[in-house]
Amino acid sequence: MNNLHEIIGLVFIGFGLCFDFFGVLGLVRLPDVYNRLQAATKCVTFGSAGILFGVFIYKGFADFDFKLLLGIVFIFLTAPVAAHAIARAAHRSGIPLAKETVIDCYKDDNELKEK
Amino acid sequence: MTIKTRSRVVVFILSWLVYMGLTSFTDLQEVLAGLVVALLVSMLAGHFYLSSPKRQRIFRRIGFGIIYFFRFLLEVTKANWQVALLVVNPVLPIKPGIIKIKTKLKKDSSITMLANSITLTPGTLTIDVNPKEKELYIHWINTTSKDIEEDTRIIGEKFEKILMEVVE
Repeated sequence: MNNLHEIIGLVFIGFGLCFDFFGVLGLVRLPDVYNRLQAATKCVTFGSAGILFGVFIYKGFADFDFKLLLGIVFIFLTAPVAAHAIARAAHRSGIPLAKETVIDCYKDDNELKEK
Repeated sequence: MTIKTRSRVVVFILSWLVYMGLTSFTDLQEVLAGLVVALLVSMLAGHFYLSSPKRQRIFRRIGFGIIYFFRFLLEVTKANWQVALLVVNPVLPIKPGIIKIKTKLKKDSSITMLANSITLTPGTLTIDVNPKEKELYIHWINTTSKDIEEDTRIIGEKFEKILMEVVE
């Protein structure tokens, strides 16, 4: 079994692609910008990290190992921050929430703006 | 040595190691360029890294850091599975809402970590933080309760307890 790591790597890449696909599907199907961000942050983060990790295992000890791992770390650090910034900006510029929405505490507190 | 200088030294070493990892240790030009870049980075932004003067019980914190990492990995996997199931469901059973939770964490860095962890876990997305009242505004894709205490218990506490040990 000298190509076991290649099989495991391909499995990880396959999982990553599946989750990326679910993320894109969610982006199309979910109603408003906030729900779409949910799909975009979770699935795409996990999917892209899965692809990078799959390549890391597939290639064994190549000289770009460190870059792949650093890429995973940066995806996990930056994706939530970007989602937060987009959601906050959308809410502040008055993008309405989907009609299924049950509660909006952020609007009730006047979006934390000073009087 | 003041706290800012120590922070700068730590950032200098870390950024140099990252630069070396990205290039190669054998090339003298890369080593020198890495030193220059690391010096620039540590001069410009190095003083943010450490903020408390004393680091106590370092091994305990590293241990809790590892626990946090695995807990986080578990929650991220669960989150992805749930969102994937939701997206392929033909009726889209969503009940979105923006709720508030309270946090007991004090430092900026730990609140940032909590907010990022919440964003990457099942169905929740941090929208804003109120630093005065220590409240987080969270968009929840499947709102089960509107009570602030209940929401804090469901969303925040699983990370808060571990983060308290790691960062505070």
